[in-house]
Amino acid sequence: MPLSPNVVRVAAALNEKGLDFEIVPVDLTTGAHKQPEFLALNPFGQIPALQDGDEVLYESRAISRYIANKYKEDGADLLPAAPASSAAAKLEVWLEVESHHFYPAVADLVFQLLIKPLLGGAPDPIVVDKNADKLAKVLDVYEAHLAENKYLAGDQFTLADVNHMAHLLYLSLTPKAELVTSRPHVKAWWDDISTRPAWQKTVAAIPFPPAA
Amino acid sequence: MAMKVFGQPMSTNVARVLVCLEEAGVKYEVVPVDFATAEHKSPEHTSRNPFGQVPALQDGDLVLFESRAISRYVLRKNSSELLKEGSLGDSARVDVWLEVESHHFDRPMAVIIYQCLVLPVYFGGKTDEKIVEENLETLRKTFRVYEDRLSRSTYLAGDFISLADLSHFPTAYYLLATPHAGMLDEFPRVKAWIDGMLARPAVIKVIEMMKASA
Repeated sequence: MPLSPNVVRVAAALNEKGLDFEIVPVDLTTGAHKQPEFLALNPFGQIPALQDGDEVLYESRAISRYIANKYKEDGADLLPAAPASSAAAKLEVWLEVESHHFYPAVADLVFQLLIKPLLGGAPDPIVVDKNADKLAKVLDVYEAHLAENKYLAGDQFTLADVNHMAHLLYLSLTPKAELVTSRPHVKAWWDDISTRPAWQKTVAAIPFPPAA
Repeated sequence: MAMKVFGQPMSTNVARVLVCLEEAGVKYEVVPVDFATAEHKSPEHTSRNPFGQVPALQDGDLVLFESRAISRYVLRKNSSELLKEGSLGDSARVDVWLEVESHHFDRPMAVIIYQCLVLPVYFGGKTDEKIVEENLETLRKTFRVYEDRLSRSTYLAGDFISLADLSHFPTAYYLLATPHAGMLDEFPRVKAWIDGMLARPAVIKVIEMMKASA
């Protein structure tokens, strides 16, 4: 399902590299992701999976890192620093911060506010408030960090920024968008990175349902 | 100058970093952070780790947090083979299984460890068996995939041990200390894989440190 933010995460990386790729739909509503054909690609039965020649990978962050490594010379260099350097280490910190602090709060929030209604459900206000509070505390850390750094890893746009963009987009479509817009440095960072041409291309391809 | 690791070895996230330092043969010093006095929330510590967690690492002027980021830095700096960054395919598989560890193993395990070991011992609380059972079921689904994977290769990323395997050991060690260690009998290859890791000299050394700081 190309709407999935984890699929969009991978598409964002591919577009930053200017690569041609094909999205093969996996219909979650028919349980296609739990069928043997798909489990052969991702034994955890989740999207996305990536097939690049003989290479089959899953886990969107491992996939986006693979794309950044393999196609380092193409498009924007998303892992610009020498691997053993301090600059690379700083990038790694913010890749992990996305995975362990940003993602758990924002993913649940986006699920409740955007995805659940699409599946015919209603947001659970208790879960929404709990995750909004969690995300607010996380974004306070980002606000302080982005006051000292133009991008998460420092002066350059990197994979650490890319990995946030799908969920930042979806958050911006919810009533909790103010969690970002009320924090001047987080807002300025999102305003900057979301105007990147590669990102515009990614967004244009997301099959948003028609407005209700 | 030796690297400084801030935190107690009994923390799974601190232990993850310690095993990488041991495997890489790096000189380091452990600087305890006292949770009982909320030292982890002090301005001094939050200047190192803005989330007020452990570990943090100091290497000269460089200060890092997030154990898996620290682990990568330590291993890269010492050209360790545990990341396989010389091979695009092998390193991609290491990265896949590091993500699996974070999202499919660590998530349910953190709840199980908290409910079974931390809550009763440190907070005088009562284990919520329903929550434990839900997370054990998630863990079983994860282990089914691991069991299949380990029938195809000796270790998770291939026939070589990597950070992806070692990243599991502190949490796996604590699983063995819960009343649910017996569930590993359902997954003989997973059990053998864990036992193999626990026999590594670097892991044995870190386990001694974990026990001493408990």
